[in-house]
Amino acid sequence: MLYRENGQFKTRYGDDQQIFPILQDRWLVMALIAFAFIGVPMLASEYMFRAILIPFVILSLAALGLNLLVGYCGQISLGSGAFMAVGAYIAYNAYTRVPGMPVVGAFLIGGGAALLVGIVFGIPSLRIRGLYLAVATLAAQFFCDWVFARVAWFTNYSASGSVSVPTLTVAGVSLDTPQSKYLFCLTIVTVMALAAKNIVRGHVGRSWMAIRDMDVAATVIGIRPVTAKLSAFAVSSFVIGVAGAMWAFVHLGSWEPLAFDVNRSLNLLFMIIIGGMGSIMGSFFGAAFIVVLPILLNQVPAWLGVPISTAMASHLEFMIFGALIVFFLIVEPHGLARLWSIGKEKLRLWPFPH
Amino acid sequence: MGFFLEVVLGGLMAGVLYSLVALGFVLIFKASGVFNFAQGAMVLFAALAMARLAEWLPELLGFESLLLANLLAFVLAALIMVVVAQGIERLVLRPLVNQEGVTLLMATLGVTYFLDGFGQTIWGSDVYKIDLGLSKDPLLVLGDLFEGGILLNRDDIAAALIAVALVVVLAIFFQKTATGRALRAVADDHQAAQSIGIPLNRIWVIVWAVAGFTALVAGMVWGSKLGVQFSLAILALKALPVVIVGGFTSVPGAIIGGLLIGLGEKLAEVYLGPIIGGGLENWFAYGLALAVLLVRPQGLFGERIIDRV
Repeated sequence: MLYRENGQFKTRYGDDQQIFPILQDRWLVMALIAFAFIGVPMLASEYMFRAILIPFVILSLAALGLNLLVGYCGQISLGSGAFMAVGAYIAYNAYTRVPGMPVVGAFLIGGGAALLVGIVFGIPSLRIRGLYLAVATLAAQFFCDWVFARVAWFTNYSASGSVSVPTLTVAGVSLDTPQSKYLFCLTIVTVMALAAKNIVRGHVGRSWMAIRDMDVAATVIGIRPVTAKLSAFAVSSFVIGVAGAMWAFVHLGSWEPLAFDVNRSLNLLFMIIIGGMGSIMGSFFGAAFIVVLPILLNQVPAWLGVPISTAMASHLEFMIFGALIVFFLIVEPHGLARLWSIGKEKLRLWPFPH
Repeated sequence: MGFFLEVVLGGLMAGVLYSLVALGFVLIFKASGVFNFAQGAMVLFAALAMARLAEWLPELLGFESLLLANLLAFVLAALIMVVVAQGIERLVLRPLVNQEGVTLLMATLGVTYFLDGFGQTIWGSDVYKIDLGLSKDPLLVLGDLFEGGILLNRDDIAAALIAVALVVVLAIFFQKTATGRALRAVADDHQAAQSIGIPLNRIWVIVWAVAGFTALVAGMVWGSKLGVQFSLAILALKALPVVIVGGFTSVPGAIIGGLLIGLGEKLAEVYLGPIIGGGLENWFAYGLALAVLLVRPQGLFGERIIDRV
């Protein structure tokens, strides 16, 4: 009744090719963005910002980057934590070593460095795939962990190995309140998510999906695997690198290599499995799920009046994550995003399904 | 010279430990094509079970003998691992049969997380030790051959002996028993095996149980050497490069790959470490695996099953 495309005639190419061809979708997305920019800062408490919203926004971007690679191009990666680390450390160096470097400029440099590293570690994907690639990307993970822990130049010769950034200033505005940090991250994420949405529905994204679905057939119809795979690695690493820089600069403030270890990589992978592989929306769902779940797990026993130790809660979290991964892979391999699109399909026919 | 030999032997000993974990990987991969990321978690789980049972049983049953406690704990832990392996096969892999390898890999990632959490919930999350009753004094060998001789740890020697024993037992099991033959048949060709009446499901359960048993042996040896703690699961990830170097489908490859990686790692740490910074051990194995992948993707002894792109 409310959600259908009847009567929305596409009379120009532009109408047919816009990001959200259905009017209601457009309104919904605009309303969501408006709510995120205007409504949320008015409603949320400081704790909400620090513990949920800022991590959620940044990790969605990282998950989105990983989704471009794993979900759209079908190249599994267990090294996304490493690309986040590259983004964070190179952005840090650009920010502290170059006087007058703007924050966004540092982020872009961090993302660019992650892009280069991503291409280098993507080269094995030209010869191997699947499980073997997983190990190759794991190599990237452990190598980067080691480099950032051992090579003092990256940490600006800090004695403890951890680095920190002062309060950030963007375009003359100081990011000292959680609201401003949140809005800053949200802006970057919105821009990059829209860009990603555009990439995946265009020529580049379609060549990724062709490679994912069947690489031999893709080659036959004239897609070069080298370009497609390396561009997927490049774009994905760039997005992940920017997310890493944001995670370090905005969320953590001061960090050490452990912040980007292999668990971070696995965590991101879980986000896209649960959220939905090959879906931009799914990255957001997955990130929301993984950020909120541990917090809920810590709260629920208190509400029920069952005392539970923090160690116990973290073990439970592990168990529930693991069980959920398996559950989603068995029951709904396309994740929460699939439920979302099923809902939309149903709504299209509602209330007259025949 | 003595120092060099000591480094070599130390590397080989570490390599034995990697081989033990890698064996479990290879067994499962050969028989069911599943890349079992959870092998490390199984090692941790088994080691925790063994350590805690060896601690609890004497109190519960009121005896003091260390040997008896260890034996009982080993048998019980083996039973537990069989149950765990069956559970994984039945609940996780059977519903996912015929899925792509990458999906199965991610499923075993889920299993990894579950087992890590589950193991620490029921067994506790401190650092425990497995006391096999071996003396910790180093053994001096070849003292008359050159100055200073070579110092060997007794528990390293025991670990090597246990590993050899495990390999021998597995070899006999695979070569001489009917079940072992069936396992090899399934590993060679699923469809052919099924067509002559070998029940695939039962074979997979058995393979997982055998892998669980291997995990227990690995966990026991590692636990007695390093203490049973969460980092075991991370260390066990080193078995991934081992199977890549050795080849996914080769049992001898797992052993030789493990030894190579252990050796290379120690040599790199000792001789390259001072030049480019310590801690090389953490990624050397992966770097080596990457190099092998680029040059010889099937590994040293694997079959050429890899998809060329």
